[in-house]
Amino acid sequence: MAESATLHDRLTEIWSDPPNIYGKLATIDHKKIGKRYIVTAIAFLLIAGLEAVLMRIQLIGPNVDFLSAEAYNQIMTMHGTTMIFWYAAPILSGFANYLVPMLIGARDMAFPRLNAFTYWTFLFSGVLLYISPLLGSAPRGGWFAYVPFTNDFYSPTIGMDFFAFSLMLLTVSTTAGAINLIATIFRLRAPGMSVDRMPLFLWSTSTTQFVIVFSLPALTAALVLLELDRLWGFHFYDSGAAGDPLLWLQLFWFFGHPWVYIIFLPATGMISMVLPVFCRRPIVGYTWVALATVLTGLVGFGVWVHHMFTTGLPQVSMGFFSGASMTISIFTTIQVFAWVATIWTGRPVLKAPMLFALGFIILIVIGGLSGVMTAVIPFDWQLHDTYFVVGHIHFVLIGANVFPVFAALYYWLPKMTGRIMNERLARWNFGLMFTGMLVGFFTMHITGFLGMPRRIFTYSAASGWTVANFITTVGAGIFVIGVLIGIFNFFYSRKYGLPAGNNPWNADTLEWSSTSPPPIYGVERIPTVASRHPLWDEHKEEDDPENRRVLDDGKQTLATTGVDAHDGFVARMPGETVVPLVTGLALFGLCLALLFKLLWLALGFAVATAIAIAYWMWPKDKELIA
Amino acid sequence: MSVVPGSMQDVYPPTTRPHERGRGIWGMWLFIGTEAMLFALLFFAYFYLMASRTQWPLEKDPSYSYALILLAILLTSSFVASWAERGIKEHGNLGRLNVGLGLTLLLGIAFLGVQYIEYQHKLKELLPTDHAYGSVFYTITSLHLAHVIVGMLMLTFVFARGLAGHFNKERHLAVKNAVLYWHFVDVVWIFIVSIIYLSPHFYGGN
Ligand code: HEM
Repeated sequence: MAESATLHDRLTEIWSDPPNIYGKLATIDHKKIGKRYIVTAIAFLLIAGLEAVLMRIQLIGPNVDFLSAEAYNQIMTMHGTTMIFWYAAPILSGFANYLVPMLIGARDMAFPRLNAFTYWTFLFSGVLLYISPLLGSAPRGGWFAYVPFTNDFYSPTIGMDFFAFSLMLLTVSTTAGAINLIATIFRLRAPGMSVDRMPLFLWSTSTTQFVIVFSLPALTAALVLLELDRLWGFHFYDSGAAGDPLLWLQLFWFFGHPWVYIIFLPATGMISMVLPVFCRRPIVGYTWVALATVLTGLVGFGVWVHHMFTTGLPQVSMGFFSGASMTISIFTTIQVFAWVATIWTGRPVLKAPMLFALGFIILIVIGGLSGVMTAVIPFDWQLHDTYFVVGHIHFVLIGANVFPVFAALYYWLPKMTGRIMNERLARWNFGLMFTGMLVGFFTMHITGFLGMPRRIFTYSAASGWTVANFITTVGAGIFVIGVLIGIFNFFYSRKYGLPAGNNPWNADTLEWSSTSPPPIYGVERIPTVASRHPLWDEHKEEDDPENRRVLDDGKQTLATTGVDAHDGFVARMPGETVVPLVTGLALFGLCLALLFKLLWLALGFAVATAIAIAYWMWPKDKELIA
Repeated sequence: MSVVPGSMQDVYPPTTRPHERGRGIWGMWLFIGTEAMLFALLFFAYFYLMASRTQWPLEKDPSYSYALILLAILLTSSFVASWAERGIKEHGNLGRLNVGLGLTLLLGIAFLGVQYIEYQHKLKELLPTDHAYGSVFYTITSLHLAHVIVGMLMLTFVFARGLAGHFNKERHLAVKNAVLYWHFVDVVWIFIVSIIYLSPHFYGGN
C-alpha cells in the first residue's frame, strides 16, 4: 500500500491547517467547525440548564424567597431564549456541519469560509446575549418577547435591546448556514447519490434549511421594527399612534412555528438514521418518511396563527389554521409508524443510541398528543398560559430535540473521537433522564389542570399546587443529574473508551467508511454510490483503478448534478483564513454600536464589514477565479 | 453482484473535468430568496397596519413623481447592467463589461441623489416618528435604499475586478451574481412604487 500511503500524505499536506494558534482561528475545516458548534451548543445547554435549576429551586415550595420576581422573569427569559435559539437549533447545525459532507462523500462544505463565519457569528451572538446579565439587566419578556410589555415604556432596561440585537446576529449566522448546507447538499453529493438514495438525515436537513431561508426574515423584521420603536421612537407596535401590538405576534409566529420544525425535523432525520442500524434492517417506508419530512416543512408555514387562538380572530381563519395544525400531526404520525414498523420487523439491539431513540418515540407520542389537544380551540382557551403548556413544550422540546441529540451523540461521537462510549454510564444517563421526564415534566400537565399559570415566580400554600411543584422539582433534579452523567461519559470515554474502528455499529452510510476520527481531508477518493445503503451493498465505493477520483491537485472536491448526482465538475476549495472571524467581529461591533446608538462607530463597523467581505471575495490566485 | 450507479459516466469518470461554477449562483438565489421574504413581510406589515384604519395613508397620499423618476433610473440601469453582462458572457468583451458596469454605477449614484432630494421634501411633511404610517413608509423605503447601496458595493467590487482583467467568456460568475442582485433591487422598487406610492391614489385615499 505504498502508493496509498503517499496519497494519504499528499492529501494531508494539502488539507492541513498550520499547527499553531493561527491555524486554529483560521481553520475552515467542516469537521473542526462542526465539533466546535456541538461543544458550544452544549455549553449553552448547561448554562440554560443551570438557569432552569434556579427556577425550580424557587418553585420547590410556596412562598420561597430565593429569587425576586424580577430576577425570576429575567432568568426564565434567558432560559427559554438560550434553549430555543442557542442550543436546540445550533446543536443540529453542528451535526449537519460535521456529517453532511461525510454523508455525501465530499471533502468540505460548498462554502467553507462561510461555514467558519457561521460558527463565529453564532458564538458572538451568544456572547452578545450574555453581556446583558453581566450589566445587571437581562431581557425579561419571555422568549417570544410580546409587545407592548417589551417596548421602551414597560421594559426600559437595556436587556431587551441585547435580546433583539443578539437574535439579529444569530439570524445572520443561521441564514448563512442554511444557504451553505443547501448548496452543499445539492451540488457536492458523490456520483450516483441521486436524491432518492440520500440518507434521510439529508432530506430532513435540506428541508429545514429551506424553511430557515424563508421563515427567519420574519424574525428579523419583527426585531428590526421593535428596535426602531424602542431606540428611535417609531410606532409600529404602538396602538396609540396607529400601530398595532398584534403585528409583533403575526411576524413572530410566522417565524416561530416553522422554527419548532427547524429544531424538530433534523432530529427526526437523525432518528431515521440511527434506528434502522440498530434494528439491522433498512427503514420501512423510506419514500413516505422523506415525503412526510418535506410536507411538514411546507405545512409548517401554515400553522403560525394557532398561537393566537385567544386573541380573537375571524372564525374562518381560526378553522383553517386549526386544520393545518392537525394536518401536520399526520405527517409526524407517518414517521412514527415507519419507525415502529422498523422496530417491529427488525432485530433491535438495545445499545445506548437505540435507547435514546426509543425514549424519543415514547416522549414524542405523549408530547404530540398534548399538542393536538392544544390545536383544538376550546381546549386551548382553557389551558392557554397554564403549566399544561409548560409541560407540553418541554415534552416536545426535550423529547424531540434533547433525546435525539443524545442518541446522535452516542452514535456519532465514536466517529469523531475514535472511542466507543461507556455503555454502563449510558444506561444511567438514559434511565435518569427518562425518569426525570416522566416524574418532573409530566406532572406539569397536572399542575396545569390544577390551574397554575405559567411564568409566576411563587405561589401561596392555599393554592394546592405545593405537592405537584415539589414533585416537578425533584423530577427536574433527576433529569439534570442524568444529563450531567451523559456529559461526564463523553469526557470519560474520549479518554478511556475502547477504540471504535471504522464502523463500530456496522452502519450503512458513507461517513462510516473512513477511519475514526476521519483524516483531515475526509475521503481519499471520492466514492461512488449505487444504492441507499452504500456500506451494506456490494458496490465498492472507493474503487478507482485509474485514479480518476483522487483530486489531489490542490484543495478540491467533486461537484455533481443536483438531482441525479452525475459526475461532472471539479470544485476548488479555498485555503484557511481568518477573514470570516474578522468579518464576524466587525458585525459584532456593529450590533453593539447600534445598540448604544453610536452611529459614527456603527458606520465605521459597517465599512469594516464591507472591506472584510471584499477582501474575502477577492480571488487570491488566478486559479480561484470563477 | 454490484449495482451500476446512475450512469456509465460515474463508473468511468472523465480524466479531466471542467471547473464547477454552480455553487455561487445557488448561494445568490437563496440570498435573494431570503431578502425577498424580508420585503414581503414588511409589505405584509404595511397592509396589516392599514387593515385596521379607515384612512390610509393617515394624512396625504404620497406624491409619486420622484418615485417614478427613481423607477426610470433603476430600470435603465438594469438594462445597462444586462448589456454589460451579455458583453462578457456572449462575446468575452471585457471593455464592454467595464463600460456597462461604470454606467450602471453612475445611474446608482443618480438614484441616491434623487432619493436624497425626495427625502428632503418628504421629511418636511412626514416624520418616521409621527405615527405608524410614517414609520412603515420610511422603514421600507430606507431599507430599499440600503439594498441599493449594497448592490452598488457589489457592482463596484465587480467593476474593480473587471478593471483588473479577471473575467472572460467562461469565468464571470461574480458578474452574474452582482447583476442578478441588482435586478432584484430593481424589482423590489417596482413593488414599492406600486404598493406605497401608487396604490393609495386608486383606492380613493385622500
Ligand atoms: C433541565 C431541564 C429543564 C428544566 C428543569 C426546565 C424548567 C423550566 C421552567 C421552570 C420554566 C419556567 C416556566 C414558567 O415559569 O412559566 C421553563 C420554561 C421554558 N423552558 Fe425549560 N426546563 C428545562 C429544559 C428545557 C429545554 C431542554 C428546553 C428547550 C430545548 C426548554 C425550553 C423552555 C422554554 C422555551 C420555556 C419558556 C420560557 C418562556 O416562558 O418564555 N427547557 N423551563
